Amino acid sequence: MERKTKVLIAKPGLDGHDRGAKVVALALRDAGMEVVYTGLHQSVEQILRAAMQESVDVIGLSIMSGAHVPICRKLMERLKQEGMEEVEVVVGGVIPKKDIPVLSQMGVKGVYPGGTPFKEIIEGIQRLVAARREA
Amino acid sequence: MGVARYIRDPKDAIQEVIYQSGIRVKPVYGPQDLEEVGFDYQKDLGDPGEYPFTRGIHPLGYRSRAWTTRQYTGFGTPEETNQRFKWMISQGQTGLNVAFDLPTQMGLDSDDPRAEGEVGRVGMAVDSLRDFETAFQGIQLDKIGTGLTINAIATVMLAMYQAVAEKFGFPKERISATPQNDILKEMIGRGAWIFPVEPAVRLVGDCIAYSVKELPQCNPVSICGYHIRESGATPVQEIAYAFQIANAYIQELVNRGLQPDDFVGRFSFNLNVFGNLWEQVAKFRAARKLWARNLRERWGVKEKKNLFLRGLFGGGGSGLTKEQPENNIIRGAFYGLAAALSGAQTTALCSYDEAYTIPTARAALLSLRTLEIIMEEVGLRDTVDPLAGSYFIESLTKQMEERILQEMKRVDDLGGMVQAVATGYIQREVARQAYEFEKGIQSGEIVKVGVNKYTEGETSQEVELHEYDESWAEKQIASLKEVRRQRDNREVTRLLRELESTARAGNNVMPVLVECCRAYATVGEMTGVFREVFGEWQEPSIF
Repeated sequence: MERKTKVLIAKPGLDGHDRGAKVVALALRDAGMEVVYTGLHQSVEQILRAAMQESVDVIGLSIMSGAHVPICRKLMERLKQEGMEEVEVVVGGVIPKKDIPVLSQMGVKGVYPGGTPFKEIIEGIQRLVAARREA
Repeated sequence: MGVARYIRDPKDAIQEVIYQSGIRVKPVYGPQDLEEVGFDYQKDLGDPGEYPFTRGIHPLGYRSRAWTTRQYTGFGTPEETNQRFKWMISQGQTGLNVAFDLPTQMGLDSDDPRAEGEVGRVGMAVDSLRDFETAFQGIQLDKIGTGLTINAIATVMLAMYQAVAEKFGFPKERISATPQNDILKEMIGRGAWIFPVEPAVRLVGDCIAYSVKELPQCNPVSICGYHIRESGATPVQEIAYAFQIANAYIQELVNRGLQPDDFVGRFSFNLNVFGNLWEQVAKFRAARKLWARNLRERWGVKEKKNLFLRGLFGGGGSGLTKEQPENNIIRGAFYGLAAALSGAQTTALCSYDEAYTIPTARAALLSLRTLEIIMEEVGLRDTVDPLAGSYFIESLTKQMEERILQEMKRVDDLGGMVQAVATGYIQREVARQAYEFEKGIQSGEIVKVGVNKYTEGETSQEVELHEYDESWAEKQIASLKEVRRQRDNREVTRLLRELESTARAGNNVMPVLVECCRAYATVGEMTGVFREVFGEWQEPSIF
């Protein structure tokens, strides 16, 4: 049987608004995925360590503070340094449309601003993981 | 307003109406519904101004005095804060509200690596007494009341407020500060917590106990059901959890030998007006009654004025949408109506642009005008508690009351709020409700105009993020370094050691914090001592 898709939902930085992160975590779990939530106030290093320890397929960052570009840049660099390029990264939260191409260019594979239907997030992650496993 | 679930038949006739609190609403109510819930005027309502205060805490309601409006605004540097304060005072405002940036809320100095990119972003950066001296320069601190939106380190900021007031020549007996100081709700909803639950509640207690003794004009705690609701809780959970949080703080003070009558009159609440109109009105009427009963029956409070549910009932932000944003103006008017029909003494509205940006001055003014129209033009000041006696409203109020009591009992059965938060029970419940709500929106059972219905010609506003000015942080850090150079560092070290031994001994930290502030110890240094002594909270896993 195929292994369940495993997702790390992570809250980087000092911002404490985690309603969205928790709701998406519950939706992914209901869709049959295994979900780990980091809790609040995480540094990029802590997120990286959690992803490593839990050997997740996907990291989902929830960012409401406006700092999504520098945080993603740092995480993508560190994943590369650690040879963890197989872990896919998606981002949700308060993300202006103009920043989506910037994030894509860094290698972020999905951007889900607040209000995105669960279905879209679930299918997006399933597609990413399926493509990765076929490769 | 809509957050109820509507089950419809194919012809769009409504088959069932289910409120967020789980109450099913009947198509028609009559006298038999009051009989069914055992409605009794004297016992359930009483006259306005009389126990149990269901109809309001004043005999004449808005006839004698309209509500107070307190719009919330954000600022960057201490200098800007000072200018804004002076402008607001010149406009006749008698209360100030200080918003702090996230590093300050988390007890980090502006040059801490964890503060990078956040200095001055969502409020004022405060590192030492010098920043308060700038922010409060030229303000009559004996005449102005100041709200401090700070929780994990409310002790530090209250001490700093006393230190700045005394430095400017205002005796501590004359100053009026309201630190939010509600750490349990931060752990449930807003996320600005630092220390584990038990020492965190102890600090809340230090703030209150010290104020009772030394700061007679201060209101040392503001319990926020508001943020719990914004995090997803139902209206019933909002009130039940807020009251159980209050009970946890009362217990902390009773354990120290204080009498509830000596301090509960200084508790205030910050509650949320978002949801179905009738459910909101019933919620607030039930809440006034249950709070009075809770104080009298659980804590033996005797003084009538100590039994009042005081506080701000404010229009919640989670009802607003970035789709068709002008609709939020209309929503705000209905939230204001709900607050007025509930007898709110103090109110505020989120501005219509808040769903996608930090409110503009124009949008904030529009919120204020909305509230003024409600008071001055519509007729809400005509008579007290105008919905009293309605078959529907009284039946609903009784049902809300019962459900709030059941939810409070659940928390009691778990060993009280401190336990219920430490184990993650409350966080799990709130997340589950947030998820149910979102599913309702996505399925269309809960209607949101412009979002999942009537979306034709939709104009969705792009979210605007405030440009972050790096020069603020540089300036703030330069000023912090200068403070560290100029102060008597030996004295600071000595006082920080004294703070540590006081915290370890379990004594009230407030007096030595005031001395630390006077000596220009930094927020990061003082909080660092607490981090050392208390450790940091590890969130319980809720999945």
